[in-house]
Formats: sequence, structure tokens, C-alpha cells
Amino acid sequence: MAFELPKLPYELNALEPHISQKTLEFHYGKHHQAYVTNLNNLVPGTAFEKSDLETIVKKADGGIFNNGAQVWNHTFYFMQFSKKGPKTPTGNLAKAINEEFGSFTAFKEAFTKAAATLFGSGWAWLVKNKSGKLEIIQESNAGNPLRSGHTPVLTCDVWEHAYYLDTQNRRPDYLVNFWEILDWDIIGKRF
Amino acid sequence: MTSLAQFTQPELPYKYSDLEPYIDAATMEIHYSKHHAGYVANLNNAAKGTAIEKMSIDELITKIDGNTPAGVRNNAGGTWNHTFFWESMAPKAGGEPGGNLGKALIAQWGSLDAFKAEFKKAALGQFGSGWAWLVIANGKLSIVSTPNQDNPLMPVTSVSGTPLLGIDVWEHAYYLKYQNKRADYVDNFWSVVNWNKVEARFKSSSK
Repeated sequence: MAFELPKLPYELNALEPHISQKTLEFHYGKHHQAYVTNLNNLVPGTAFEKSDLETIVKKADGGIFNNGAQVWNHTFYFMQFSKKGPKTPTGNLAKAINEEFGSFTAFKEAFTKAAATLFGSGWAWLVKNKSGKLEIIQESNAGNPLRSGHTPVLTCDVWEHAYYLDTQNRRPDYLVNFWEILDWDIIGKRF
Repeated sequence: MTSLAQFTQPELPYKYSDLEPYIDAATMEIHYSKHHAGYVANLNNAAKGTAIEKMSIDELITKIDGNTPAGVRNNAGGTWNHTFFWESMAPKAGGEPGGNLGKALIAQWGSLDAFKAEFKKAALGQFGSGWAWLVIANGKLSIVSTPNQDNPLMPVTSVSGTPLLGIDVWEHAYYLKYQNKRADYVDNFWSVVNWNKVEARFKSSSK
């Protein structure tokens, strides 16, 4: 069965002015789509022909991993946005963030730093580790925390294509905007 | 006493708009005055008070191994690679490499088109950020790629050789004009390659 590009639960202009429609047209319509297409071209005839996406992310290497993980990462990234959800964590996730980082503000600072300092292309992640504690990690390129047994909770794409049309070299400006469109109901359910 | 910056950013050998329409002026301006300048500034900060401060950028590049701090490795690479990249291009350039370099490329790959196809494959195959290079080692030409701001001259990389030509495939090098179409950027790169410079590098490598 072929992998498909998931439908976005919002319009391409829904995240304006924080993420422009043009950026989403390329990021979702071209990059995300290309990873799906590439993955579908790569898996036939391999051991992953009948695998689900999560298995590919956990076990594959090379091009199948790169494209499979990028499909997974982008879906996870796009699905965490809305302009309607709560702007701050609630419930158990809020409690865990306070326990681990001291406050939501301190967490935001630490996560932003991880996203800002990741050199080259990649992703910053908030994960629940094997012992149930929250952790911030950086992954290069298509890297995905499922491979190390973590449960992803939140992610920020810091490939330049995620922000270059909007803020060019100013990744920190993109990161300021990033916090404005997160839907903490969705993110809380992942935890 | 004012301390002089050890590592400097050479002036761009042409105007931002000179590589139009293949590389647009906005891309050149941000690439040179923000990205490249940023690497140079960060390198100077990282080098301050260390032995590196007294080295030339060419020397530093050849010393970057597994023990080098990331801040030095990344910013030294970013400093060297971009200077090399600017010099690899020129306005009203492109065309075909002549002389001994042209012969050597044909001898190695069968034809210039085959060489270009192989170079393009390396540029497209570099997943994420990085560079594709034409290098020479022990008189033999080859095409390699490196991630991020690594460079074949760094002992830390898995490839080696003296670069003759390099293409930046970080998305910042092409995104404003080409967006997701890295292949179009690579195709157009040939219209601005400064073969005279590449040929000069080839000559000095075979001395």
C-alpha cells in the first residue's frame, strides 16, 4: 500500500503571519510530498515493502530511512499547529514541564536554544524518554527520536526550507513565531 | 589596543547582482553579508585566546580533526568554503573548461557532460546541508560531497583531496530563487562557473 500525504487540518494561509502561505505551499506541497513520493519509489522490492511508517523510521537506513523519517517528521510537525488551541501546556504535560524545566518559560528558552544551535539541517524535539521524563534533544537531517526509544511530544523543523522564505538567515525570528501557532491540546495528547 | 580580527572575509570579487539571473542579488547579499560574515565573526570568537588565533584559514582547515570543537570546525569550514565558492564563480563566465583541465575531466569521465552529470548527482545526493566538490588527490580527479561546512581538506572528513570546484547545497544558497528545486540551481550553476579560476587551481595542484 502506498504512503500518502496526509491532509492538513487547516488552510495553507491559516498560520499567517507566523508561517506564510508561500512557505506552507512549498514545505507541505513540495517537500513533504516529495518525501512521500520518494519513499513510495524506494520501498518496492525491499524488506520494507509491507512495513508501516513507524517500522521504517525505526529500522531502515539510507534513502528509505531519510525519506520515511522525513514523512513522519513533517506530519508530526504540521499536525501540532492551529491558531485555535491553548497557547500554553495544560494538565499532566504542564506539570511535567514544570517539574523538569522549572517553568514553561524556562522550557521555552531551553527548547529554543536547542533549535537555534542545531548546525545545518535537522529537528529539535521534546520527548518523553524511556523512564517517562521529558528531554530536549537535537537530531540532524531526518533524525527521529523513535529510533532511540523516545516518545516524541513536540518538534521544530530547522531545515532552512522551513523558514527561509519568511525570515531568511534569521532562524531566531522563525523560532519566536513557532510558539505562536502551537496547539497545546494536540501536543498534550501525545504526552 | 584594538585587537585585529584574525580571520577576515575577503571582498566579493563582483557585485551581488552580477550573477543574475542564475543566482539572484538577494540571495547573494544575504549569503555573503549574513551567512558568510556570520561564520567569520563566529570563528573569530571561537579562536580568541587559543592557538588557532595565529593560524591562517588555509592552515586551520588542514588541522580540523575529531578533537576540534564544533564551533571551530563549523565556522572555519563556513569561512573557507564560502570564500572558495565566491571565487569559483564570475559574471559572464560558464562555458566549457579548456586546456589541460578540460582534457583531464574528459579523460576521467569520458565527456564534460558525463562529468557534469556526476557532479550534479553528488550535489543532489548530499542529503541535508553540505557541499559537492571536484577534488584532486595524487593527480587523480574525483567528485565527493561533505555534510554541513566540512571540507575535503579537513582530516575529520571521510573524503580527501584538494578542492578545485565546490557548490554550496545548503538550502540558503538557492531557496529564495529555486525553493525545493535544487536540481535547477545546480544546472544553472554551470553558467557562472569561473573555469579560469578552476583551471588555475588545477595547475597549481599539479606543480
